[in-house]
Amino acid sequence: MIAEIGLAALWLAAALAVLQMVSGAAALRTGPAGEANPLAIYARPAAVVQAFLAVLAFLLLLRAFAITDLSLKLVASNSHSMKPLLYKLTGTWGNHEGSMLLWVGVLAASGGLLAGFEKRLPERTMGATLAVQGFVALGFYAFLLLASNPFERLPVPAAEGTGLNPLLQDIGLAIHPPTLYAGYVGLSVAFSLAMGALLTREVNPSFARVMRPWVLGAWVLLTLGITAGSYWAYYELGWGGWWFWDPVENASLMPWLAATALMHSVSVLAARDALRTWTIMLGVLAFSMSMLGTFLVRSGVLTSVHAFAVDPERGAFILGLLGLYIGGAFTIFALRAGAVAEGKRFAALSREGALVFNNVMLSAILAIVLLGTLYPLLTEAFDVRVSVGPPYFNPASAIFAIPMLLVMAVGPLLRWKSDKPARLQFELALIAALVIGVIALVSFFGRFPLLPLLGLGLAAALAVAALLPLKGRKLARVPVATWGMVLAHFGVAVSLFGMACEGAFSEEKLAAVAVGGTEQINDFAVMLDAVTPVAGPNWTAIEASLAVRQDGGEPVILTPQARNFWSPPQSTSESALLTKWNGQLYAVIGNQAEDGRWQIRIWWKPFVTFIWYGGLLIGLGGILAIAGRVKVDVTRRRAASKGDQRRADLEALGAVAPQPAE
Amino acid sequence: MRSVYLWVPLALFAFFAGLAAYMLTQEKDQFVESTMIGQPLPEFALDPAYAGLPGAAKADFTGKPRLLNIWASWCLPCIAEAPQLEALQKQGVEIVGIAIRDRPEDVANFLAKYGNPYSRIGSDAISEVQLAIGSSGVPETFVIDGKGVIRYQHIGDIRESDVPKLLAELEKAR
Repeated sequence: MIAEIGLAALWLAAALAVLQMVSGAAALRTGPAGEANPLAIYARPAAVVQAFLAVLAFLLLLRAFAITDLSLKLVASNSHSMKPLLYKLTGTWGNHEGSMLLWVGVLAASGGLLAGFEKRLPERTMGATLAVQGFVALGFYAFLLLASNPFERLPVPAAEGTGLNPLLQDIGLAIHPPTLYAGYVGLSVAFSLAMGALLTREVNPSFARVMRPWVLGAWVLLTLGITAGSYWAYYELGWGGWWFWDPVENASLMPWLAATALMHSVSVLAARDALRTWTIMLGVLAFSMSMLGTFLVRSGVLTSVHAFAVDPERGAFILGLLGLYIGGAFTIFALRAGAVAEGKRFAALSREGALVFNNVMLSAILAIVLLGTLYPLLTEAFDVRVSVGPPYFNPASAIFAIPMLLVMAVGPLLRWKSDKPARLQFELALIAALVIGVIALVSFFGRFPLLPLLGLGLAAALAVAALLPLKGRKLARVPVATWGMVLAHFGVAVSLFGMACEGAFSEEKLAAVAVGGTEQINDFAVMLDAVTPVAGPNWTAIEASLAVRQDGGEPVILTPQARNFWSPPQSTSESALLTKWNGQLYAVIGNQAEDGRWQIRIWWKPFVTFIWYGGLLIGLGGILAIAGRVKVDVTRRRAASKGDQRRADLEALGAVAPQPAE
Repeated sequence: MRSVYLWVPLALFAFFAGLAAYMLTQEKDQFVESTMIGQPLPEFALDPAYAGLPGAAKADFTGKPRLLNIWASWCLPCIAEAPQLEALQKQGVEIVGIAIRDRPEDVANFLAKYGNPYSRIGSDAISEVQLAIGSSGVPETFVIDGKGVIRYQHIGDIRESDVPKLLAELEKAR
């Protein structure tokens, strides 16, 4: 019964999406005297109720997983009664149908929030935005209901479920996908707003101020989602790397790149009324990239460690939706964007100029990643199988990332509209000196690969440059949003430092060790104490006990495992990490050799943790930026309502005040 | 001039959509080829999969070319290929089996029902040897030459039409 209620809620939500679409579109058609279309009043309530229904459907599926309702096909094929409760719950979105339902739930929820709380937009733009949002949601409801019904029953309930991919039985999965989905889908609101503004030609600062929190919010979620995903891949896959340029990783990176550019662009539009076309274009692009990612992952046209159950029919369906939305959006963009009045002009050397430059660089990196991700698809059309990896992605994206990072160091110091280099002589000299100085200093100590070396120099310069906007200002009076920018830019420097150190200074040791034997790496002595079998709720494992002594100090015990899950059968390598302030020791246990020795793989990765600390700082910067904007907004509204109040009071006073004697 | 640029995103997208649509209609080759072809077998020594036959080890692959068949009693295509393995064995080919994640009683049942073409069967309870020789599924069949070098990989069940190819590869490995 529960499942049927969920299904019914989905159908109702789809019907409301139609209403929202029609009613929103009606708002565009005003009467002859300019009065609102009577149909238009339904768009907002339809969006709110639809949000409630879609979220309800998701919660009902969550319940079915919690109680392991094996009469549901989805539960039977993705869960198991023996699984810990937490992983039963996360299993809800560890599969195609459930994750699509989560996608749609977040989509509807953000549409509902927009409809329920956003009062600043002109009603016509709001109507157009909600119509687009309804149209997008409708496509995904159709996809769920017609091609991936999560509530499908089995004719006969299964005796036991078949389990969940053991790689996904991890706390990382509890947070990482929902965060990313919320980010992707937040971009759908930016997309709908961009389309709405394009349709009504109201691309102006007040529109940008409405769009900005959505873009910032989505961007923060994407940043945190990618950071968490990278860390998950790092410790769970046991390969010792933190970014693999896997198609699915790229699918999350591309919307992030577009959203980063969009976030900066929308800020310029809000503050300076410039970059109108850019903002619209990036708004469409950012959501296109989220949808493209969905298509690439689920259609099976590309092979990836992340691949969901592959189904060409579903692929065709998503491709159809992609063609409809993205093709449609780009067509409207091509037809309409020319008609959007040009924004304010600015000199090449100005804050706007720097932001445009970095938008171009971000777009170029996006193009590089997109090309690399799709290239295998292109060559496979000619029956050539290739796999594109770091040798392409690293240098190709660095070509654009390096100038971008340099401009990023200088950009926040520039004035709006136009500026003179002479004014920034000291800052420019400092940045240049830091880049060159650090590179020279590091090269003095040894030979390191070029990219990490450049990364170290840029990280140092950027870390200092990020703080320069605070120079000579009363810190207590710096706006919260500016703190956000400073923190986020500083976070980029921290993350870059981590990446460069990992690339330049990592040490690796692969050894066959007998029990009792010791290996030395950096200043750690690693002794293999024992190898014992251990058992968990749904796995068995071989666990090594490694005693790690730094400089002969007290030993710390690390316990990497080689796990075997039996439902479904799969083996995973559980790494063990020893985190120090200046890096991580990363240990993995391999097979036993003929002579009884064990393969142990150990890395010392200096400052590797800074990659993710940096990611967190960037996300925190974004949160501060949102908080700052909201604070300003609330203060402004309060001041406005106080003003209104006073005016009303004065009027009331005036009405009863005794007339001056004549 | 500006208006021409505005069409660029649509043109790029149209190209992608066309390519993706074409690729979706293409039959996808999902086979993962072993990178171990041309390499010697990794060291292994597996216990017998059931009481009737000895286990399998690298040391068994000496003297003449043999087939190494990765299979399991729970695998349906393995039933389909059983007659072809039988036919190969009748032509004097020695077949060493490795049973993946299997139980002795199931192995015995399978052999009783569908015939036993094997000279030895090792039990690989955790797919360790399977992964080490670069096999990603069941069934797969490898041609191993007299020096223990992997010479050829056949992915999926052996159909009747595949038998001459396997015999030719065995001849080549001699």
